[in-house]
Amino acid sequence: MDARIQRLTMPKWGLSMQEGTIVEWLAAEGDEIAAGEEIAEIETEKVNNAFEAPISGLLRRHVAPADQTVPVGGLIAIVAPADVPDAEIDEFVAAFEASFVPEAETDAAPAPQTVEIAGRAINFLAKGDGAATPLLLLHGITADLESWMFNQPAIAAGRRMLALDLPGHGASTKDVGDGSPEWFAGVLAGFLDTVEIARVHLAGHSFGAAVSATFALAHPDRVASLSLIAPAGIAPEINGALLDALVAADRRRGARQALEQLVHDPELVGRDMIEAFLRHKRTDGVPAALAGIVAAGFADGQQRAVFTGRLADAGFPVQCIWGEDDRMIPAAQADALPDCIAVHRLPDTGHLAHMERAGQVNALLSAFLAAND
Amino acid sequence: MAKKTIREAINEALRLEMARDPAVVVIGEDVAGGAGLDGEEDAFGGVMGVTKGLYGAFGAPRVIDTPISETAIMGMAAGAAATGLRPVAELMFCDFMGVCFDQILNQAAKFRYMFGGKARTPLVVRNMYGGGLGAAAQHSQCLYGMFTAVPGIKVVVPCNAYDAKGLLIQAIRDDDPVIFFEHKAMYDVADEVPDEAYTIPFGEANIVREGGDVTIVALGRMVRVAAKAAEQLAADGIEAEVIDLRTTSPLDEETIIESVEETGRLVIVDEANPRCSIAADVAALVAGQAFERLEAPIRQVTAPHTPVPFSPELERLYLPDAGRVAQAAREIAG
Repeated sequence: MDARIQRLTMPKWGLSMQEGTIVEWLAAEGDEIAAGEEIAEIETEKVNNAFEAPISGLLRRHVAPADQTVPVGGLIAIVAPADVPDAEIDEFVAAFEASFVPEAETDAAPAPQTVEIAGRAINFLAKGDGAATPLLLLHGITADLESWMFNQPAIAAGRRMLALDLPGHGASTKDVGDGSPEWFAGVLAGFLDTVEIARVHLAGHSFGAAVSATFALAHPDRVASLSLIAPAGIAPEINGALLDALVAADRRRGARQALEQLVHDPELVGRDMIEAFLRHKRTDGVPAALAGIVAAGFADGQQRAVFTGRLADAGFPVQCIWGEDDRMIPAAQADALPDCIAVHRLPDTGHLAHMERAGQVNALLSAFLAAND
Repeated sequence: MAKKTIREAINEALRLEMARDPAVVVIGEDVAGGAGLDGEEDAFGGVMGVTKGLYGAFGAPRVIDTPISETAIMGMAAGAAATGLRPVAELMFCDFMGVCFDQILNQAAKFRYMFGGKARTPLVVRNMYGGGLGAAAQHSQCLYGMFTAVPGIKVVVPCNAYDAKGLLIQAIRDDDPVIFFEHKAMYDVADEVPDEAYTIPFGEANIVREGGDVTIVALGRMVRVAAKAAEQLAADGIEAEVIDLRTTSPLDEETIIESVEETGRLVIVDEANPRCSIAADVAALVAGQAFERLEAPIRQVTAPHTPVPFSPELERLYLPDAGRVAQAAREIAG
């Protein structure tokens, strides 16, 4: 068979995804596609998102037409030069289908692990392997490590990549101490010691960005780089009403309304995303934990902990990524950042930039990490 | 996350709440088993083994084996609830409600109302319902409709282990009497269930599956039947939305109406007898509030208006199955 035939397969977005449905092909058979280009809309139980081509080349065949549901890892399209005969592509597809075993049946996906930090359980998911400096990802308020599902596989190539459930979230302890970014940064230091990581790239979203920055400023020698995505802690202004709605939502309708405010395109918010959000909120200890974080850092519709001025001479490189349509924390706050910090503003993007524009964010992260290893 | 059966999920809910709140006690026939006699303690844990281990963990004062008298169990539990405990009483089979209904209907259900809102009755009555095990007419009925008809009590009918745990914890923390229905053929059905305590609010139906062609409303074991029917329908190109009521009192009217407004078609699946039933209640709700959005008659797939037969062949015909549900949906969605 011609070695130039390349396959595109159904991606895995998050721990629970087992299959996805091709809503629409954005690239037609016969189109030249470029790596990173959005070539299909894929719908899962959790979210709907654009599928970005992992490789460049000539899109020869849609193996899965629109409306077809395909298991994770299943063949959806073929990329091959124009001179590869159709018969060889037929043969390739047949050989793939004959040997393909869906992941759900092989149970190959890495599972989250738990470590104890000063008596508190911290849940995390490790992916990837390699000599490059590891990357640690920190999510925002009411989210969990699953919020990196579009990023983790893409960035993990060549390095260890760890996503945490912050205290008060996911499967980690519900004890959030005094709820301040400083307290969370202390947990982070304990975590890195426990998993024996001396130096790390940090990427945080929203409150997770504030925690990352707080940690980095306290331990600059341990930080290879800092990527802030829609960060809290830059300026006092925040959409307090939306934050309150997000923290208070305990029914489907309220949850959907709040989550839809976090994205530019509300179609991104799927049924399972809402269900996972509500399940978390309904766990004993979570409402009190979230209230503690809000009281410590976001009382009265203002952000208290602001670290902008300290980033200029921090001793580690910093980049900032912000959706221009962020309705939680205005992207205009990036203007206040020192000139040495590269700011990437993403058009038609809401607060959850790392989910909504995963391809662009992944490219920015990968390049930044590689430049600062 | 660990998979747990409905039996384990209910046991875990009881265990967590008993550990959290010393006012929570378990009362019923053989909920420990062998109590007061020589030999093995905690021999049974109830007729289905659901409460096994609680006696060892919490002792005789909080896991109370009773004589075979449902009247005494319910009277004791209603009084205990009114005077400060949070009893979880076991009626065993819901069919036995006949001998203790006054304690529920005229006492527990009325305390809050008749004492001007000053009395609380945080009572949970666990019981088993449903057919499929050849347990015959006196041990197979689905009587949630009768309790739903009584103002002052709440009625919960979970369909999986995750919901069973969250809804039971919610029931124990609720200050009103809650009747908690467990399908006797579903105790071994397993599901991913977190170890921690969590709640699920009453009056929020679960949308098990989204679809735009027909709404299928179901409860308890029938949710699984409806989901299977939806798979069969999907193969024919009919996308069914499956709604699990989770609680019949309070009833999540909004979710039902919103769905039917989208689909214009409604099938209700209920294992109970059809007269004065949850199925009839939901049909009346939709006819009254979304009539102009209906594009076809409402279909109810239920047991017939007869006692549950003992013969396995007849019992199989008696219970709604996925084929009948899919057929009803095809008739109105075609």
